[in-house]
Amino acid sequence: METLAALSQYLISGLTNGAIYALIALGFGIIFNATHIINFAQGEFVMLGALCAISLHQAFPSLPVAFVGAVLLVTLLGLLFERLALRPVKDRSPLTLIIITVGGAVLLKGLAMLWWGKEAYNLPPFSGAVPLSFGPATILPQNLWVLGVAALLLAGLEAFFRLTLTGKAMRACAYNPVAARLVGIPAARMVQLSFGLSAALGAAGGILIAPLTLGVYDMGTMLGLKGFSAAILGGLGSSLGGVLGGLLLGVAESLASGLISSGYRDAVAFFILLVVLFVRPQGLLGGRS
Amino acid sequence: MSGRLASIVLVLLVLAGAAWAQNPPEPYVIGGIFSITGPASYLGEPERNTLQMLINEYNTKGGIKGHPLKVVIYDDEGDVTKARLHAEKLIQKDKALAVIGPSLTHTSMAVLPITQKAKVPLISCAAGIEITHPAAERQWVFKTAQTDAMAVNRIYQYLKKHNISQVAILTVSTGFGVSGRKQLTEQAPQFGIKVVADEVFGEKDTDMTPQLTKIRNTPAQAVICWGTGPAPAIVAKNLKQLGMKIPLIQSHGAASKKFIELAGDAGEGILMPAGKLVIYPSLPDTDPQKAVLARYDEAYRRAFNAPASSFGGYAYDAMKILALALEQAGPDPDKLRAAIENTKNYVGVSGVFNMSPEDHNGLTPEAFVMVKIDKGEFKPAE
Repeated sequence: METLAALSQYLISGLTNGAIYALIALGFGIIFNATHIINFAQGEFVMLGALCAISLHQAFPSLPVAFVGAVLLVTLLGLLFERLALRPVKDRSPLTLIIITVGGAVLLKGLAMLWWGKEAYNLPPFSGAVPLSFGPATILPQNLWVLGVAALLLAGLEAFFRLTLTGKAMRACAYNPVAARLVGIPAARMVQLSFGLSAALGAAGGILIAPLTLGVYDMGTMLGLKGFSAAILGGLGSSLGGVLGGLLLGVAESLASGLISSGYRDAVAFFILLVVLFVRPQGLLGGRS
Repeated sequence: MSGRLASIVLVLLVLAGAAWAQNPPEPYVIGGIFSITGPASYLGEPERNTLQMLINEYNTKGGIKGHPLKVVIYDDEGDVTKARLHAEKLIQKDKALAVIGPSLTHTSMAVLPITQKAKVPLISCAAGIEITHPAAERQWVFKTAQTDAMAVNRIYQYLKKHNISQVAILTVSTGFGVSGRKQLTEQAPQFGIKVVADEVFGEKDTDMTPQLTKIRNTPAQAVICWGTGPAPAIVAKNLKQLGMKIPLIQSHGAASKKFIELAGDAGEGILMPAGKLVIYPSLPDTDPQKAVLARYDEAYRRAFNAPASSFGGYAYDAMKILALALEQAGPDPDKLRAAIENTKNYVGVSGVFNMSPEDHNGLTPEAFVMVKIDKGEFKPAE
C-alpha cells in the first residue's frame, strides 16, 4: 500500500511537470513546422509568462486578469520577436535563424533580469493550497489546474489546426510552403502567427506552474531544454508526439528521483532521450525525417 | 616681460599645488569579491552594499589613521574561475592590503591558496568549516559567517530537547548542501539522533515531492532541509502538498524575509537556526549584540531602503574586524594578520568574535538562535 501511495505520488508529480514540458514541446513543434527552425527562446516565453503574470497580479490582484494579460503580452512579444529579429534577416538558412533565436533567448533573459532582478517571486495558487487526497496520494488544486488547463489548451490547439481556415492554412504551409504560397496563403504571416501561438502556449505554461515553482528570471533555460527534449522524444513537429514526450519525460524524471536517487533526476531524463535517438531518431511518433 | 614672469610664477604655484595635493596619506585599498549576480546574488548583493556603506562611513569620518579607504569590488557570479581571476587582480593590480569575500564556500576555497601565497589577509563571508580549518595551515584566512557545524549543533540541541531522535535530511547538491550533509550525518550520533533518510536535490529543481514522498515512508519525526535560494521554499510548499505533519527545519541559509515571502502559507511553523539579526527587536536589552544589530539594520535601511540581512552582516563584521586591526597595526601585512588573529570580544552582527591562532572564525554555536516562522514573522523558538 505504501509503495502504491508513493508510486501514485510520483505519477502526479511527474504528470504535472510533464504537462508543462508538453506545452513547451508543442511550442517548439509549431515553430518547427512553420519554419523548420528550433526556437531556442521558447523557454524564455515560459519565464516571461510567469513573471508578467506575477507583476500584473501585484498591480491588479485578480488572477484571470493576470493570466489573460500575461498571455496577451507574451504573445505580442512573440509576434514582435518574429517581425523584428527574424523576418528582416536576408540569409534565411536554418542555422542563421536558430542562432538568432539563441541570441533572442539571451537578450530576453537579460532584460528580465534587469526588469525583475534576480529574486524569485511567488504567485498565489489559483484556488487555494489545501491538498486534496487523490486515492492513496495527495494532490494540490494547482496540479489539477495545470493538468486541466494544459489539456484544454491542447484540445483547443488541435481544433484550431483541424477546423479553422487559418489553422488549415498553417498546416498547409508546414507541409509544402511553395504550394501553399501558390494557392495564395500568406506564408510570412503564417510564420509570424506560429511565433505568436507558441509564445502564448509557453506563457500559459509558465503562469500555470508559477504557484508551484515560483517565478525567477533564469527559470526558462532548463524548462526550454526539457521541452526541447520532450519534442525530440515525441517526434519534432508531431503534436501528439510532443504531448507524449512531455508526459513521459516528466514521469521518468519523477520516478528516477523517487525510486533510484534524487541525484539522477536530470541524468535519467536525458539518458532516455539518447536511447530514443539511437533507436528511433525521428522520435516516438515522428513520421517525417 | 612682467607677463611672462607672472605666468612662470603661476606655473610654479600650480606645480607646488600639485605637490601639496599629493601630500594627504595614501588610501588603504580594500578588495571585495562577492557573488553579486548569478544564483547566489542574494548573498553577494547585501554584502557588496554593506561593504560600500561602511567604507563611506569610515571615509566621512576621515578614514583610518588619517588614510582614506578605497574599495575595489569584483563580482565572481558564483564562478570559481572568475573568483580566482579577481583575487589575482586585486593582489597584483589593485594592491589590495586585504580581501573581503568571496560569498560562497567553493569560491572561497578556490581563492584562499592565492591570498595565502601572496600573504594577504582574506576574510571570507562563507559558511563552510573547511575555509579556516585547520587554522595553522590557513594563517592568512579568516571568516565571519557562522560555520554550518554550529548550525547543525544548534538544530540537534533543539531536537534532543524536544525528544526527536529520527530525522530525514534533504540537502542541496551544491557546496553548501554537501558540507551541511556531512555535518548532519557526522554530528547525529553525538546527540543520539539517527538519520533515517538522506535525500538530495538540485539547486534549480522545482519539484521535490518525489524525495519527500520517499521520506514520508520512513519513520522520520522531522525533516531537515539544507539549501539556499528559492528551492527551500519549494520544499516547504511540497511538504504541505503531501499533507506531512512532521516539523520542517531549514538551515540558516533560508533565514531571510525573502524565504517567508516565497514560502507563503507553507512557511508557518518552520524552524531554523538564524543569526540574531532576524529577531533583534525581541532580544532582551541585556544582550550585547542588540545595539549593534539595531545600528546595522537602521543604517542599511537608510542607505538601501531594504532591511539588512544576515548575509550582509558577514561583510559588516569582516570590514569592522579589518578596520579594528588596521587601526591597531597599520597596513604592514604581518602585523595586520596578527591583529586580526587577536580579535577579542568584538561584538558583531553574527555573534561575539574571539579569534585565536587555532580558531580563525571565533564564534560558538551560541551565535545562532532557533527561530520559528509565526504569522509571517521570525519569532524566537525557545
